[in-house]
Amino acid sequence: MLEVENLSVKVGQKQILENVSFTVDIGETLVLFGPNGGGKTTLLMALMGFPRYQVTGGRIIYKGEDITHMPVDERSKKGIGILFQRPPVVRGVKMRDMVKACIGEKKECPSLEELAQKSNMTDFLDRDVNYGFSGGEVKRSELLQLLAQDPDLVLLDEPDSGVDLVNIVLVGNMINELLHKDKIRSRTSSGLIITHTGHILDYVEADRACILLNGGIWCRGTPREILNSIKANGYEGCAACQK
Amino acid sequence: MSKVTKNNKSDKEIKQSAVSASPTSIDLNSYVHEAEELPYQKDPTTLSPAAKKRMSDVGVVVGDTTTRAGTYIQVDQSVVHSKAEQDGVEVMGTNMALEAYPWLKDYWWKLVNPEADEFTRHSNTHPFKGYYIHVAAGVKATYPVQSCLYIAKHGLAQNVHNLVIVEEGAELNIITGCTVAPTEDDSLHIGVSEFYIKKGGKLSFTMIHNWAPKMAVRPRTGVIIEEDGVFLSNYICLKPVHTLQMYPAAKCVGKNALVRFNSVLVATPGSHLDVGSRVLLQAEKTRAEIVARTISTGGTIISRGFLSGQVPDCKGHLECRGLILNETGTIHAIPELEGTVAGVDLSHEAAVGKIAEEEIEYLMARGLSRDQAVSTIVRGFLSVDIEGLPPDLAAQIQRATDLSQQDAM
Repeated sequence: MLEVENLSVKVGQKQILENVSFTVDIGETLVLFGPNGGGKTTLLMALMGFPRYQVTGGRIIYKGEDITHMPVDERSKKGIGILFQRPPVVRGVKMRDMVKACIGEKKECPSLEELAQKSNMTDFLDRDVNYGFSGGEVKRSELLQLLAQDPDLVLLDEPDSGVDLVNIVLVGNMINELLHKDKIRSRTSSGLIITHTGHILDYVEADRACILLNGGIWCRGTPREILNSIKANGYEGCAACQK
Repeated sequence: MSKVTKNNKSDKEIKQSAVSASPTSIDLNSYVHEAEELPYQKDPTTLSPAAKKRMSDVGVVVGDTTTRAGTYIQVDQSVVHSKAEQDGVEVMGTNMALEAYPWLKDYWWKLVNPEADEFTRHSNTHPFKGYYIHVAAGVKATYPVQSCLYIAKHGLAQNVHNLVIVEEGAELNIITGCTVAPTEDDSLHIGVSEFYIKKGGKLSFTMIHNWAPKMAVRPRTGVIIEEDGVFLSNYICLKPVHTLQMYPAAKCVGKNALVRFNSVLVATPGSHLDVGSRVLLQAEKTRAEIVARTISTGGTIISRGFLSGQVPDCKGHLECRGLILNETGTIHAIPELEGTVAGVDLSHEAAVGKIAEEEIEYLMARGLSRDQAVSTIVRGFLSVDIEGLPPDLAAQIQRATDLSQQDAM
């Protein structure tokens, strides 16, 4: 589904990522751990194609096609979706219109009302996008938009940050639906989840994990063993191991 | 709460300084001041298809007697149609009303000072027409009254003086559209309007302007709202106009009186709009909200707002937001707050800029092209949420915005 080869990315004059390589297979969910400031968000933003994140080396291959220099909207149309950690407020634009735009031309898609009900967002459809939303509401709004988009590859930037215990169950359920976790052999949706704390893994099953630290990938393993190692030694332990 | 300034200017001084601040001068002598008397049309659908189309674009549906409580149509200096469809609602020309009801002299030139500027002086000393709309006490008009002020004569200085009286406990919605014949026109529209909202009365006033690139426009408006009265004003001007300057003033003189001014303006290249709203809070628990959304696609907008809290326990908020979508556009926001006693609560927010790139990219990440993303954001920016607006008027505003958006982009 996704092959990232020796990807280097800078923001402004600052080099953030260097020679990052990994793959995500069809139907697979990869978890990316890492401390704050380790380049996790930069990686997702570069994969989505935001111009501020300049690719200075390497390639991004999606479904066999080199998309390294493809504009954001084309990547979206090809089936890549992103959950923003801190999405902007868009005053004047209603959630209803945003979700409609996400559904686009698709014919076989649950109705807007069904999707809103699933994400407990029915009362938010006539509100401005993200305006005055709490932490949990922002995540539900993002996931509602993603469910409407139904992407093949989902990039999730800290889906568990700022979410309370009541909301995290719902957020977990929605991610499972987005990643078609109810299917096993026929699953075609892939996910890349960024998490600092790993809380989301109590609700979403992931296949593999790695750590992004100081602009590069370190330690690959199962989500549980990587999380246990971080819990035991902290990210400082990973940094020491690096040396 | 934002900064509150001490200022001892009288109402009159404020009015005059605002008028003289307009940089675009007009030579009244360059216009003709008379137009031939046009025949009254009992059935207004006999008007030309082109005129009816222009009227429909500003929300006036000619011949609609089922979803309108009344209709007034003025072409140049002639009342070509005026009729009320509901008991308790009166619609006629102000010249006729002044003859029929001598007591109206107590309402005439009382909220706008005839000596305020050259346009009010001109209006006061030249033949005029205009709409008189009266709603009897306790009557709630089911449908809006619609009015159209239309200019067909080239080079005319159209002189309009309107009077609206909403009696105690009455409710009324007005849609008024001002427009010109679909030709290149360099006329002048002077429109004096005086609105009285009595105790417990409610007036929703939606005005859509649809002028032409050489038109000069000078509305002069005064409003008074008594105890528990409500005045909601929605002003939409999205099409080219050479120069437009207005600064309507509303006085809340009774306890709990409420005023909202919403303005949605687009200045195309060559357009100069100097538009504001002024509210004087003169009784306890009065409230005011002024919201202006402005877009420049190359023209100039001066977006003014003035809130004056003159008694304790009054509250007002002012919001000016502007988007410049073209390198040559100018938006100058001038929000002013004046508190003359302790205990007022006045605030404002103003922002002028371009569409945030982050917002465009956010929408693009959901599959919209850049153009679609910009147009979605602009459409959202222009659609002001208007609390308490009847669905019919809301639909009218949305329609005008949709019609104009393609031209604006």
